Amino acid sequence: MWNDVLALIWIVIKILIIVLPLMGAVAYLTLAERKIIGYMQCRIGPNRVGIRGIGQPLADGLKLFLKEIIVPSKANAYLFILAPVLTIAPALAAWAVIPFNQDWVLSNINAGLLYALAMTSLGVYGILMAGWASNSKYAFLGALRSAAQIISYEIAMGFALVGVLIAANSANLQDIVLRQSGGFFHWFWLPLLPLFVVYWIAGLAETNRHPFDLAEGESEIVAGFHVEYSGITFAVFFLAEYANMIFISALASIMFLGGWLSPFEGVPLLGSLFAWVPGIVWFVTKIAFFLFLYIWIRATLPRYRYDQVMRLGWKILIPVTIVWIVVASLAVELHVGPWFNY
Amino acid sequence: MPQIRNYTLNFGPQHPAAHGVLRLVLEMDGEIIRRADPHIGLLHRATEKLVESKPYNQSIGYMDRLDYVSMMCNEHAYVMAIEKLLGVQAPIRAQYIRVMFDEITRILNHLLWLGAHGLDIGAMTIFLYCFREREDLLDCYEAVSGARMHATYYRPGGVYRDLPDRMPQYKPSQWHGEKDTQKANERREGSLLDFIDDFTQRFPGLVDEYETLLTENRIWKQRTVDIGIVSAERALQLGFTGPMLRGSGVEWDLRKKQTYEVYDKMDFDIPVGVNGDCYDRYLVRVEEMRQSNRIIKQCVAWLRENPGPVMLDDHKITMPKREEMKGDMESLIHHFKLYTEGYCLPRGEVYSAVEHPKGEFGIYLVSDGANKPYRVKVRASGFPHLAALDEMSRGHMLADVVAILSSQDIVFGEVDR
Repeated sequence: MWNDVLALIWIVIKILIIVLPLMGAVAYLTLAERKIIGYMQCRIGPNRVGIRGIGQPLADGLKLFLKEIIVPSKANAYLFILAPVLTIAPALAAWAVIPFNQDWVLSNINAGLLYALAMTSLGVYGILMAGWASNSKYAFLGALRSAAQIISYEIAMGFALVGVLIAANSANLQDIVLRQSGGFFHWFWLPLLPLFVVYWIAGLAETNRHPFDLAEGESEIVAGFHVEYSGITFAVFFLAEYANMIFISALASIMFLGGWLSPFEGVPLLGSLFAWVPGIVWFVTKIAFFLFLYIWIRATLPRYRYDQVMRLGWKILIPVTIVWIVVASLAVELHVGPWFNY
Repeated sequence: MPQIRNYTLNFGPQHPAAHGVLRLVLEMDGEIIRRADPHIGLLHRATEKLVESKPYNQSIGYMDRLDYVSMMCNEHAYVMAIEKLLGVQAPIRAQYIRVMFDEITRILNHLLWLGAHGLDIGAMTIFLYCFREREDLLDCYEAVSGARMHATYYRPGGVYRDLPDRMPQYKPSQWHGEKDTQKANERREGSLLDFIDDFTQRFPGLVDEYETLLTENRIWKQRTVDIGIVSAERALQLGFTGPMLRGSGVEWDLRKKQTYEVYDKMDFDIPVGVNGDCYDRYLVRVEEMRQSNRIIKQCVAWLRENPGPVMLDDHKITMPKREEMKGDMESLIHHFKLYTEGYCLPRGEVYSAVEHPKGEFGIYLVSDGANKPYRVKVRASGFPHLAALDEMSRGHMLADVVAILSSQDIVFGEVDR
């Protein structure tokens, strides 16, 4: 009995160890985004709160926390409040299977990849619900767009994951990473390059980020699904979006860039020189690289139109993934080295 | 049997892409637009009526506030109408200054348009790049007139004063130290003409920069090519002017076809589009910026060589010099008369139009011989464009309406007046 309770407490502590730094990362990701985009646009970004704007996320969070939550008069109040909760819950739950280092994982389940896919797909229900419960035409349009978009990109993303599954011969994320050990050119980004690109594009669409941010599309439908939200409920949507961004980046680095593995593994001099660096440092660096890509793309590209997003998903990404799954299967069957000679 | 009703969306007036205060009632079949009904008048300020109640010179400032992103071009049409009715012409130097500032205004307007158009299509960096250059041009406005937007610089009979010999400079502050200030002042060491000259040297490279971001961008092309097509014939029927008409392939430019001031001495080309879609209108405007830059260069070269008066010496319509006024009885009387009663225009009516950045901007003025106009009618270039929005956006999607609306370059100050 006491052992069970202790085990439970230990799990809760582990969850907190994951979630609290994640929330901090989300807060500072918003600052990083504003700063990086600022410099890309010849501005300096926020620099008034604290030294060089370091306190800006805290100030924003506090402001949003203290604002009134306005529920529109004809909205379905129950669903209206439930929607942001349903958006952030899967965004946080997905982190359970992410291995941060060898054996640093909350639950090392064999169907880890499927679990991750399931959790990222669940997020759309919150958005749908928010759009419907707000009883606003803009929010409704945003929810419709978001639903259509996530369904189409889920398939491309799923197929990209199938390719990884075939290549790694496992759905356990830890096994997937270990299968890529052996250095930079042993990682799956090289043999699965088309899937890597497709996964990344689908990831942008999945998190509703530029250039696929149709569900928000501020110049067309103002703010889309969260147009009626204010205060902390809005902040929760925001947190979920950024947590999802970090999650997609983490998943991309696990599946294609060898997770916590050092890029210098197997390189004569550098390999031993960097051997002391803990795996989590590499992992975080890789995540940061993908997050930078997110921000860079946002600063550069115009937004797609709704039908063009669908066309890209169904007519380009899905055929590419299907073709490359066949190629990957053949490569695995023929034991093409250095990746598949097991 | 239940009837299928289209979804009605109230787009604006507080919509981020409404370009001010447009209220657009959209009837939509899913995302497809079936009918777009622009409701205007939310920025109506009765400018035409206000002008009827003031001496002529006091209304120049109202003209700035019509199309508040191309201020001096509005003034130009009004001032030219008065000059036409008076039968006078500004001194040649004033004409060159006016042409130069008309073209600076055109670049200002097109830069704002490009930034806003990019923002509406989702490319947000271009907006800040454009504003970086607008800053320099607004400094030119400030240097000649003291105001960054509503300049009131053109006067019947010339311009308010000659170009200044030195540019205003930045001073160090709490936020910008000695070094920053020095760097910011690098280009401001010489006269206004030096500053403008330096700008014209840099500007073509900067336009290239905008074009690398957009012109060949696949997403940009997908969003603008074949969106909101207007055929040349239809554009003429709808009363389009300016870049909207030229985008449809009609080579019509008042600067060449009905030349005014010293445009006949300038060497420049008129860009025209082929398909009449949003992309062509984009290309036409970008090329117009390059052509305007050419004109500014020619004006700067001429203005450097040829000093002279910038205002007519006829003190029945223009102000006497301040120092003369202090010592000379006649000048004092002129000053008093002009600032109280103003001057009277002969009976008659006149229409004067300029090639405004957005199209033909005209002032129709009726005088009954008094010191105030009997009636003034402003021909706003944006009005016919906005009227065609329904036709242009039918069958397109919601996101395209935003692209079409911003490709029309609508400003409500002049549409609502």
